[in-house]
Amino acid sequence: MVPKDLKYSKSHEWVKAVGNNTIVIGITDYAQEELGDIVFVELPKVERQLKQQESFGVAESVKAVSDLFSPVSGMVVSVNEALGKQPELVNKEPYTNGWMIKIALAAPTELSSLLSAEEYEKLISEGSK
Amino acid sequence: MEKVIFEYHSQPTSYVPAADPAAVNKHIPAEFLGAEEVTLPQTCEQDVIRHFTALSKLNYSVDNGFYPLGSCTMKYNPKVNETVADFDGLAGIHPYSPEECVQGALKIIYELESFLKEVSGFSGMTLQPAAGAHGEITGILLIKAYHQKNQPEQKRNVILVPDTAHGTNPATAALAGYQVRQVKSDNQGDIDLEDLQQNLGLDVAALMLTNPNTLGLFEKNILEISHLVHKNGALLYGDGANFNALLGLVKPAELGFDVMHFNLHKTFSTPHGGGGPGAGAVGTSKDLIPFLPVPQVIKKGKNYFWEYRQANSIGKVRSFYGNFLIAVRAYAYFLALGAEGIAKVGRQAVLNANYLMHKLAKFYPVPYHRTCMHEFVMTPHQAWSVSTLDIAKRIIDYGFHPPTIYFPLIVHEAMMIEPTETETKETMDTFIQALEQLAAEAVQNPELLKKAPLTSPVGRIDEARAGRQLILKYEKGRDTLLT
Amino acid sequence: MDYIGNTDADNKDMLQALGIASTEDLLKDIPQDKIIRHCLALPPAGSELEVKKQLREVAGQNASVADFSCFLGAGAYDHYIPSTVPVITKRGEFYTAYTPYQPEISQGTLQSIFEYQTMICNLTGMDVANASLYDGATALYEAIHLACEHTQRNIVLVAKAIHPEYRQVVHTYLKNSRISIKEIPFIEGLIDLAALKSQLNDQVAAVVVQQPNFFGCLEHVQQLGAMAHKQGALFVTSIYPVSLGVLQKPAEYGADIVTGEGQSLGLPVSFGGPYLGIFACRQEFMRKMPGRIVGESIDNRGQRAYVLTLQTREQHIPRERATSNICSNEALCALSACVYLSSMGAAGLKDVATASLSGAHYLAAAVARIPGWKINFKTAFFNEFVATAPGNIEALNKKLLRKNIIGGLPLKKYYPELKKSLLFCVTEKRTKAEIDTLVRILKEKN
Repeated sequence: MVPKDLKYSKSHEWVKAVGNNTIVIGITDYAQEELGDIVFVELPKVERQLKQQESFGVAESVKAVSDLFSPVSGMVVSVNEALGKQPELVNKEPYTNGWMIKIALAAPTELSSLLSAEEYEKLISEGSK
Repeated sequence: MEKVIFEYHSQPTSYVPAADPAAVNKHIPAEFLGAEEVTLPQTCEQDVIRHFTALSKLNYSVDNGFYPLGSCTMKYNPKVNETVADFDGLAGIHPYSPEECVQGALKIIYELESFLKEVSGFSGMTLQPAAGAHGEITGILLIKAYHQKNQPEQKRNVILVPDTAHGTNPATAALAGYQVRQVKSDNQGDIDLEDLQQNLGLDVAALMLTNPNTLGLFEKNILEISHLVHKNGALLYGDGANFNALLGLVKPAELGFDVMHFNLHKTFSTPHGGGGPGAGAVGTSKDLIPFLPVPQVIKKGKNYFWEYRQANSIGKVRSFYGNFLIAVRAYAYFLALGAEGIAKVGRQAVLNANYLMHKLAKFYPVPYHRTCMHEFVMTPHQAWSVSTLDIAKRIIDYGFHPPTIYFPLIVHEAMMIEPTETETKETMDTFIQALEQLAAEAVQNPELLKKAPLTSPVGRIDEARAGRQLILKYEKGRDTLLT
Repeated sequence: MDYIGNTDADNKDMLQALGIASTEDLLKDIPQDKIIRHCLALPPAGSELEVKKQLREVAGQNASVADFSCFLGAGAYDHYIPSTVPVITKRGEFYTAYTPYQPEISQGTLQSIFEYQTMICNLTGMDVANASLYDGATALYEAIHLACEHTQRNIVLVAKAIHPEYRQVVHTYLKNSRISIKEIPFIEGLIDLAALKSQLNDQVAAVVVQQPNFFGCLEHVQQLGAMAHKQGALFVTSIYPVSLGVLQKPAEYGADIVTGEGQSLGLPVSFGGPYLGIFACRQEFMRKMPGRIVGESIDNRGQRAYVLTLQTREQHIPRERATSNICSNEALCALSACVYLSSMGAAGLKDVATASLSGAHYLAAAVARIPGWKINFKTAFFNEFVATAPGNIEALNKKLLRKNIIGGLPLKKYYPELKKSLLFCVTEKRTKAEIDTLVRILKEKN
C-alpha cells in the first residue's frame, strides 16, 4: 500500500505536506510490515532542529530496533503523543493515526529530492532496504 | 499455571535466631532507617519448596532431553562437577583470604589456565570475564591496549566482522569505541577473501572471526586470512563460541588467532544456569600477555601467588577473580576427561553433527553442501506454508528443545542444529524420526504447526503485548491481564 | 572417563551411513598439518572417584568459612544460607536450562526472574529492576553509562569510598571513552562534601556513592541525592541488599539508579564468584535499562505467561547504537536470591541485618577499648568498620589464622593512607563467643 499523494524516502519514511512549509512524517506500510509488532516509539522533543537524514527517533519492535530518519531539515513543531500509549497505531494505520512528527521546513527545496509513489513502489518491489 | 510466590500466605519459617530489634535504633541514627517495611513473600518453607519445584517443572533442560540449540553447545553437564563445586573448601572461601590459606584455589586457577593454554596453544590466559560476551570485550580491550602501546601514532579504529558473526561481535567492537565494517561471505559460506582484502586498511585493528563459523563450517582459508590480517599489522580475534568443534583437534593459536575467548559453559561442560552464570576465559598470544587483567596467578616453587604488578594491564573487568566456582567445574571436567577424553570431544561432535545433517537433509534443505563441523544450518522447504518458527514450536510437542532459529542472518529462515558429542545415536535417531514426521505434517497439516506448541505448559505468548504494556513486577491488586 | 554415550558400534553405524571409513574424512577443510595427532599435555583421564578425591584434596588446602571464623567482608559476605536455596538451585531443570528464548518451555526460569525483579523493586523501592548483571562492579559501570546517555553529560563524580575494585572495573571500561570519572575523596570515612560541592555543576551526569560504603560507613544519602538533583545530575548508588532489612530504601532517599552486589542474598562467598549484579531504576529509564528483563503477558490459551521483553536491543542490537554487549544475566544466582528472600521474608531479613550490625558494633566497642587500637571513623556504620592496629597487621592476621580465625582486611593495598588499618566485618553467623575470642587475641601482645 503506497498512497499516491505522499512523498517517500529511501529509508521508508513518508512525507505529507500540510499547509505552508509544514510537513508530517511517518513510516510506510512496508516499513511497519518489515519491523513487525511495534512496541515503542521514541520521538524527539518539540522545537528540536533536525538536519536532512538525521535520526529523529527510534522504533522498537519485537524483532528489531530501527532508527527513524528525517527526510528533510527543519524544526519539530509537534509529535504524535498517542504513540506513547498506543505504538501499535504505527502498525495499524501507518499513514494516518500512526504519524510521528510534524516539521516546519527549513529548506523546502529538499522535498524535490524525495521519491514519488511510483519510484518508491519500484524501490520496495526490488526488495532493497 | 503456578501462582506467583507473593500470592502464597502462610507463616514464614525462621532460619536465623531472632535479633533484638532495639539494637537497630541504638546503633543506627534515625536518618538512615527505613520508614516502611519491605514487602517480601510471607511463606512457610513447604510452600517455598513446592512453589519453586512447580516452577522447575515448567522448564525444559538438558537433564530433560535433547537440546540441539546451535552455537550454544548444550552438552551434558556432569554431576560430579556440581558435587565438587559445593565443597566447603571451594564454595566457602572468601576472595580476600590471605594467599597462604587459599593455595588450593590458586592452584585450580593456575592449572585450569594451563589446561586451557594446552588445548588452545595460547601463551596467556585470564579467567576473570564472567561470560562469553564479557570475554569478547576483554579481548577487544586487550587488542586496543596492544595497538596503543605498540603503534600509538597509527590510528586503528575499525574492527572487521563477517556477515555471519554472532550479534555480540559488532556490539562489543562498538562498545570498545571501534567502528565496525562488515566482511562478506562467499557462496561456500567462507569469508570472501577479495572483500576482506579490500576492507583491510591501516585503520583496521582486528578481524573478529568465529571458526568454525556460525554456519558450522570450518573457514577453509584460515591460514591465508590470518596471514593477510597480520601482514596488515592487525590482529585476529577468535570468538570461541564454537570451540567445541576444535577441542582436541586443532589449537586456534596455531591457526593464527592472537586472542580468543572460551565459553566454559559451552565447551567445558559447565551448566548454562538458565542464562548464567557462565565464564568467558580469554587466551592470548605472548605479545598480549602484558595487557591481561590483574591479578594473574603465578607459581614460585611450590607456592602460588597473586600478581598485581602489571604496568600495562587493561585493569579489571570484574570484581575479584571471575566466576571461580564455574572454573572449578571446568577443572573437574578436564581431570575426568584427561588427555584421552579431550582428544575425543571435537571429533565426536563433528561426527554426530554430520550424521544428523546427512539424515535430516532428506527432509529439509541444507543451504551449504559441505561437510560440517559441530553444527549445521537447514531451512523449511520454500513450498511449505509454515515458517521456521512454526517448525521450532512443533518440535516442542515432540519432546525436544528447538534449534536456534533465524540465525545466522545470511540464511533465510535458518534453523541451526548442534547435537554435541554427548548425545547418542539413539537420541539423534529419535529426533530424526520426529523431524521426518514433522516434515510430513508441514505439507499435510500446516495449521497444526501454526498452532504449536500444544503440549507445553503455556502456548505462544503475546510478545508485542509484553513489550507495549511492560509489566515487569508483581503488584498486588493490579488489574490482571486476564480480563 | 568421558561423557560420550555412543558405543563403538554406534559410531561405526554413523560412519557407514555417511559412507566414510573414519571421522578423519570429515576433517578435510582443516589444514592437515594443524590437526593434533599427538597426545596433549594434560593429566591422564580420571574416574569420578579419583576426580572427587583430587578436588577434595585441593579444597582441603583452602580455609573455608565452614571451619574458620571469618571477619572479612568488603563486598563478599558470609551470611547464612537456608537449606531451601541449594535444594532448588540444584534442580537440573533450572541449572541445565539455557536462556529462556523459547518461553513456552521456560516458564520456570522466566517466572522466577519476574519474582526476583519484583523482590529487588520491593527491597529498593525502585520502579523497575532487570534480570541481573554479572556482579556489583559491572552493574555500577552500566548505571554510569546509562546516566551519561540519559543526561547527555560526560562527567561522573565517584566517591573514593566506593569499593576499590568496582572503581577499577568502571575505569577499565571508560578509559577510552568520552566519559570522564572524577574521584571525590573521603573525610571521616564519608564522601567529602566540600570537595563534592566544588566539582558538582550542570555538566555532571551523576553522583555515585555506595551505601553503606566500602568502610561500612553510612553516607548522608538524602543530602547527597538532593545535591545531585539540584544540578540536574542523577544519583546512583551501589547497595548491600541485606542492609535494606533495616536501612532506608534507595527510592526514599532519591536514588535514580540503584546497583549492588547481590551475593549476600543466598550465595556462598565462592572465592569471588559467581555473584549477582543488581540493577534497578526509576520508570523513566526503563527502556534504556541494560541486560535482560522479563515481562508478564498472556498466551494464546488466555493464561498468564512470562517472556523476555525489551530484548530486541540485546538480540538484534543495532550495531552502531550498541550501548552494551551484555547478553546474559546470572539467572541461577537470581534464583538463589529469589529463594533466599522468599524463605527469609521481611522479618528474617531484618533479623539478619540486625544481628549483623549488632555484632559489628559489639566488636567495634570492644576493639576501641583495647590499648593502642583505634576506630578510624566516628561515623555511623552498618556491619563493617575500619580499625587501626598498634602492631604489625600481617603478623596479627597470621596469628589469627593459626587459631582458625580469618581477620580483617588490610587496607594498605587499596588506600595507602590507611596502611595500618583493617576492615572488619561481622555477620549474623559470628557468635558472641567467636567475637570474644577474636578480641582476646587482639588484646595479646605480639
